[in-house]
Amino acid sequence: MTTSLKKLLLGEQGLLVIFAAAFVVVSLTVPNFLTERNMLGLLQSVVTIGVVACTMMFCLASRDFDLSVGSTVAFSGMVAVMASNATGSIVLGLLAALACGAIVGLANGIVIARFRINALITTLATMQIVRGFALIASDGRAVGINDPAFYQLSLSKFLTVPTPIWVMGLFFVVFGFLLNRTVFGKNTLAIGGNPEASRLAGVDVVRMRIWIFALQGLVCAVAGVLLASRITSGQPNAATGLELSVISACVLGGVSLAGGRATMTGVVVGVLIMGIAENVMNLLNIQAFYQYVVRGLILLIAVLLDNMRSVAGRPRA
Amino acid sequence: MTTETVLEIRNVSKHFGAVNALTAVNFRLERGEVHALCGENGAGKSTLMNVIAGVLPPSEGEVLIEGAPVKIASPAVAQSLGIGLVHQEIALCPDATIAENMFMAATNRRRSALMNYAQLERDAQAVMNRLAPIDVSQKVGDLPISSQQLVEIAKALTLDCRVLIFDEPTAALTETEAQVLFGIIRDLKARGISIIYISHRMAEVFSLCDRVTVFRDGRYVATEEIADVTPDDVVRLMVGREISQLYPDKQHSSERLGEPILSVRGLGDGARFRDVSFELRHGEILGVGGLIGSGRTEIAEGVCALRPVTQGEIRLHDKVLRLRRYSDAAKAGVVYLSEDRKGSGVFLDLSIAQNIAALDLKALTSLGLLNSRKERVLAEDLTRRLGVRMGGVDMPVSSLSGGNQQKVAIAKQLAVDPKVILMDEPTRGIDVGAKSEIHRLLRELARAGIGILVISSELPELIGLCDRVLVVREGRIAGEVSGDEMTEEAIMRLASGIGPANGTNLKASGHAA
Repeated sequence: MTTSLKKLLLGEQGLLVIFAAAFVVVSLTVPNFLTERNMLGLLQSVVTIGVVACTMMFCLASRDFDLSVGSTVAFSGMVAVMASNATGSIVLGLLAALACGAIVGLANGIVIARFRINALITTLATMQIVRGFALIASDGRAVGINDPAFYQLSLSKFLTVPTPIWVMGLFFVVFGFLLNRTVFGKNTLAIGGNPEASRLAGVDVVRMRIWIFALQGLVCAVAGVLLASRITSGQPNAATGLELSVISACVLGGVSLAGGRATMTGVVVGVLIMGIAENVMNLLNIQAFYQYVVRGLILLIAVLLDNMRSVAGRPRA
Repeated sequence: MTTETVLEIRNVSKHFGAVNALTAVNFRLERGEVHALCGENGAGKSTLMNVIAGVLPPSEGEVLIEGAPVKIASPAVAQSLGIGLVHQEIALCPDATIAENMFMAATNRRRSALMNYAQLERDAQAVMNRLAPIDVSQKVGDLPISSQQLVEIAKALTLDCRVLIFDEPTAALTETEAQVLFGIIRDLKARGISIIYISHRMAEVFSLCDRVTVFRDGRYVATEEIADVTPDDVVRLMVGREISQLYPDKQHSSERLGEPILSVRGLGDGARFRDVSFELRHGEILGVGGLIGSGRTEIAEGVCALRPVTQGEIRLHDKVLRLRRYSDAAKAGVVYLSEDRKGSGVFLDLSIAQNIAALDLKALTSLGLLNSRKERVLAEDLTRRLGVRMGGVDMPVSSLSGGNQQKVAIAKQLAVDPKVILMDEPTRGIDVGAKSEIHRLLRELARAGIGILVISSELPELIGLCDRVLVVREGRIAGEVSGDEMTEEAIMRLASGIGPANGTNLKASGHAA
């Protein structure tokens, strides 16, 4: 009995099993949890984390790290609002935001891969630089959206589900496909698993890493636009601490910080666990201060489980 | 045979900082030949292969493919020119499947962005089946070392090559697996593919190859037809001097059977090794041989508590040692010198003095403060005794040559007054001169009564240096050789698990460095 339980929890699908069990328990015990309204609210609350986690997964899987995502989300949201206010065209605003996000990512990638600067340090630096840009551009104040049509990005619904949730779902599918079914995805896992082996196999490691970071910047811009639309303004201090939530979600989902291991389903589950934990604590009126402790504990437990899993699965390692 | 040059190396040199790994070497490879490349460790064979395969750029000289000069800037370029390299070190992604690893290079050259798993696995299985019946959907990390080596070879076979380089492919293979590989190499040759074959094993070179080129100390020495030379000739070219002078005198037979310093009984860790028993006696150097991955390092780590053991007993001078962690072992006088000198043997950026003092800081501190004068005195004393050539004990270890770095690593161990030193590949990557100095040093330490255990992959080193050699195979002591029975053949037989009766079809190998 205990061994089969252990097998189940430490197996390939262990996280999914735990998640399903937790979901059932929470649905039965927490009032108002399993309602359409709450479910949509929950999903909407994890859109930013979920979207950014898609590319963070690639970043971590290739043995890299990106701390600048929170700043990039805020900055590109700000750019979207300011550019569309200035030009009167939402499309131009969105394009400007996407371009800015991609440029930040590209810069990260070039510094890290081409000049071989540690990713942690590089993105720590760009995190501050980009946050600075957001503050400078807006003079430290929130910038309201002039054209109400901008709100529609997050207010509009398709089949009763808000657009941002569709976008997140689409990203999950697209990046899941990219990871598992394309050469790009396989190369990402390969350079994370053994960069030297990948180089010897003819993978252009430098270019791959630059691409991954550029993609990360672009995706951050999408998240930034959606966030700005939801909070109806560009906020220079938006999404602070997002990088840690996103990395937590990825690690919860079994993405290895040492690179080489990642699954999209894992990341989706990781994102949902983060969302559910927060949602449940809100429903139970648990004070926000305690939520930090709980979130940290969840992360620690997940990592410990993951460690046990890899020890159990690899006697020779 | 028509002589048509596929690959030519002209005056290629390669420097790493001040070290000349290759000096103006020349090399020619004809179509459809198997060309052996021989030389001692550090002779520059692997460096040249890395230049050819685009891993390292040459400092000078040119590479010609079918008469046209080419610039091989990356492994991808080499592959597109039809050059494949089977690396000596296994370079695979542990979390990817065998099939994905095998076709990583091919996948990257294809234009399509999508993976076709069904076809990938089918093709991979077809190639793999030629070597061994291994299921290609497994993850590489779950395979034992010898199978990983087969994957590495299978990977090269998937490339459409005209030149295929094997850098010591049989180091981790069993005899049967090696025979399969030789069959494949002959088959490739028949299809007009040119093979460069690097090996230390003369028997393989002489049964497989058409010509042999010898390198020594980064220079080209000679190219001969295999039919015209004997293994002894090749060895003489490789070494360039009489071999017997290389090693210090061994123990006299009268000194044999000194009392045991360290005795190990039935040691096992429940995974990598089991049932390991041996004695290390006063005054002797005990060698430990075996294939890479056979568990040699793990046994040494088990003895000094760097790795948990689940069974067995270790006695030091007849006192049972109960070690829970490495610091206990060091305190008791059993120290370990890692094979990975740069990774875990020395602190490259710290000074020589700080390195030497690292294991025994307590003895040098008073009132919790480090006495740097004492540290200096200790370091100066030990470096003088060991003959470390250096600018001063304040210089960082990174300023020293490999051989002198190794001496500092040994000095570090000597600083704690050890009774037993376990050395893992003590002379790996060290030039010939420094190597024999280290050998002499080890012999002196053994005479002085310190138990010395040397793990080595170099058979000549085991035979030349050690008084007895234990051979490890698959985590067990497969046997022991000493005195006149100590030959490369005897050690290899034990290491690869073939009995002394068969396997005589191999040509006798006088020596292989």
